[in-house]
Amino acid sequence: MDLYAILKLTWWALLGVLLTGLGVMVGMDMGVGASLRYLGRSDGERRAVINMIAPHWDGNQVWFILGGGAVFAAWPTIYATAFSGLYVVMLVLLWSMIVRPLGFEYRSKLPSQRWRNGWDWMLFVSGAVPMLVFGAAMGNMLEGVPFHFTWDMVSYYTGSFITLFNPFALLCGLMALALALYQGGAMVMNRGEGVIRERARRQLTWAGLAALALFTVCGLWVWRMAGYVITGGADPAGPAIPLHKTVVRASGAWLHNFQVHPVLWLAPAAVYVAVLLGIAAARSGRSHVSWWLGVVGWIGTLGTVGAAMFPFMMPSSSNPSQSLTAWDASSSQTTLLWMLGWTVVFVPIILTYTSWAFWVMRGKVTPEKVEQDEHAY
Amino acid sequence: MHHLATVVDLSRAQFAATALYHYLFVPLTLGLSFLLATMETVYVITRRDIYRRMTRFWGKLFAINFALGVATGLTMEFQFGTNWATYSHFVGDIFGAPLAIEGLMAFFLESTFVGLMLFGWERLSRTKHLMVTFLVALGSNLSALWILIANSYMQKPVGSHFDPTTMRVELSSFTHLIFNPDAQAKFVHTSVAGFVTGSIFVLGISAYYMLRGRHLEVAKRSFRMAALFGVFAILATITLGDALGFIDGSVQPTKLVAMEALWKTAEPPAGFNLIAWPDQKAQRNDFELKIPYVLTPLITHSLHKSIPGADALERQARAKIRDGIPALEALHTLSAHPNDAAARSRFQAHEKDLGYALLLERYAPDVSKATPAQIRKAARDTIPPVFPVFWSFRIMVAAGFAMLALFIAAVLYSIRNQVTERPWLLRLAFWSLPVPFIANLAGWVVAEMGRQPWTVYGQLPTWLSASTHSVAYMVFSLTGFVLLYSIFIVIEMFLMVKFIRQGPDDGGPRPDHADSSTRAPRLSEA
Repeated sequence: MDLYAILKLTWWALLGVLLTGLGVMVGMDMGVGASLRYLGRSDGERRAVINMIAPHWDGNQVWFILGGGAVFAAWPTIYATAFSGLYVVMLVLLWSMIVRPLGFEYRSKLPSQRWRNGWDWMLFVSGAVPMLVFGAAMGNMLEGVPFHFTWDMVSYYTGSFITLFNPFALLCGLMALALALYQGGAMVMNRGEGVIRERARRQLTWAGLAALALFTVCGLWVWRMAGYVITGGADPAGPAIPLHKTVVRASGAWLHNFQVHPVLWLAPAAVYVAVLLGIAAARSGRSHVSWWLGVVGWIGTLGTVGAAMFPFMMPSSSNPSQSLTAWDASSSQTTLLWMLGWTVVFVPIILTYTSWAFWVMRGKVTPEKVEQDEHAY
Repeated sequence: MHHLATVVDLSRAQFAATALYHYLFVPLTLGLSFLLATMETVYVITRRDIYRRMTRFWGKLFAINFALGVATGLTMEFQFGTNWATYSHFVGDIFGAPLAIEGLMAFFLESTFVGLMLFGWERLSRTKHLMVTFLVALGSNLSALWILIANSYMQKPVGSHFDPTTMRVELSSFTHLIFNPDAQAKFVHTSVAGFVTGSIFVLGISAYYMLRGRHLEVAKRSFRMAALFGVFAILATITLGDALGFIDGSVQPTKLVAMEALWKTAEPPAGFNLIAWPDQKAQRNDFELKIPYVLTPLITHSLHKSIPGADALERQARAKIRDGIPALEALHTLSAHPNDAAARSRFQAHEKDLGYALLLERYAPDVSKATPAQIRKAARDTIPPVFPVFWSFRIMVAAGFAMLALFIAAVLYSIRNQVTERPWLLRLAFWSLPVPFIANLAGWVVAEMGRQPWTVYGQLPTWLSASTHSVAYMVFSLTGFVLLYSIFIVIEMFLMVKFIRQGPDDGGPRPDHADSSTRAPRLSEA
């Protein structure tokens, strides 16, 4: 196989790793933010919950920022087309997300209950909304988005922003939020005690079941949905330009890969198995197991989407032949190779010091300990 | 017609507003992180608790500033895609790489360890905590390095070639990209300007305490440290600024024209416009006050080189535009017939001036039918807005030398331990708090407005770079950003002022923490 094609495949897989990192690490903190008012009833309890993620939310959030940078570097046409096409969606995502650092950092700086209550609502918004948008964006990718290019690769988005919030996309958004609440629940169980831990367990259970229900509904929807098929002109080793192939829309096309490679059914199966086992593990108090099974749940979910769409990444509903695929939306071979080098060197280093940071801050966080700690949020 | 001019203007306004706003917080992070590391180093060496309290206090202010830096940085990472889609496609193969490496190498480092820096005091040994603080400082400065490598590509595109098949520039040499001379000078200039910002911040607030006679222990030590740190930083900033001006002279002569309001080519020995009132339309200065003989050695670092003015540069631009027209025509042919050999060789013969033809496309959508008047108009566009660049440059330089004087005075009096007897100096230091911020913003205007009319100098014009949004979308998003960011700055300033007023912990038992007197010993056991 040609080196360029292998690099494109590798970066397609790395995008999956990145989205998994984003779903797990950012999703976990957003799940905690979104359910803060449920997990903690008093100010002391809420501070305990916030301080469970206080030393880590900033590092975790870099998964999101790196997501932007890596898509820019490896999939520049997608970076340009998706983020400009989904403009209003992106604004909602960014505006809700940038409130979060302030929520964490400023909330407990003043004793006023009104001040803190206000920030608690902000943390709710900045946890729930970005996950909804993240899932809805994935849903839109499955459905296809109306855009086209001129001959010199200037992109035009021709839909209205309302269509981006269609029922299927919103269901996908709820699914992402449910997984985030599950992951956040597992994290709070890991680091909480007593009543907080018990609430987190209940949250994990209900969110996990909701995620499975939504996954089922979305899956059936995708089954019936008009997917996309390349009918000619695609060259895996060819230059990255999405103007020279032909694509048609066909009902049930997103099942095609599963029919050719039945092994891919393992991805959706993994979601059901992992989440159900995760709920069971939480019942018997082994929330660390639940957390890791949540990771498997994310891998399964994103793997299902990837398996259904491959090689499509961002189909165009208005001009299908200009859809963006793994073969024609990437960087050049030189850039992909260099970036792979940097990734191979730095990701293990990042994982090492992130683990060390979690290890240093390990242990239970209780309202009493937070009250005693002058460094706490 | 590709783009609505209003949409491009609004996109520029939004980018400038969000970047300048972000750039209020970043330099302080760059500088304060290293000052924190220095304070903590003294603490680890001397083991005196005062330095721990000092680090903790400035660390608290650091955290308030850092949160907004992170928040506003988030939107920057995505804004190229949301608002500059054509640009992002055009340069993504090159520009994305340093942004991604910034995430991998720098931002993860900074953000992971900032958590340990703020929350890990009781869980890490002294040396480990110090290491963590240094890693935060290193991470934030490495982050600046990669962002400026990306930015330098916009200023001086190197290590790339335009590919007529993929309709974008592609990477030919990664090493050329990262060892861009513009990037080296700009990184050091920007980083040390951040150190200056951090130093003035500490200096000014310490002066405030001394004027009130409060927290003298912490204030005197902080003042001295900031003065020493600052004097070296400002000297480096000025030196590297000069180097950068020298590089700009050869790389971006049009920026130099704007910085110096140089309408006519300056034969040696040329005078330096200390102040002037540039009139862009008439292409002259309505008023100028010159220092004779200074400009030639200042810019060319020689005595007998001439400096091209707007007149000569426009002439060159007209030639480049004419030379670029066949490239754009050939490119159009190639898009329909990729195997047309004649078109390909024609493209290759003219590709270096393709960008200039794109500049012309604004006035002549079909460049092959362009009139001499349209070419003149496009060539005139190559001179950036002179007035704002000229004056921003002077504001930046004046601020730089004013701060140099302040730091020298601060060092002299603080090593003689006479600072508290010099209230004029303390007042001056306090009122200088906004100066580095103004200088930083002015520097950004010089660098980025001076780059106009290009997003990638000589290759991609700004008018072609924006996303094809509607005016309504842009009004919506710009309004949203302005509202949100205004609320943010009010909250931030409120907290900053509150915690500055509250001041550092002067030691001794704290009423709200029964066990705080035992805290320090516990740290040394860890």
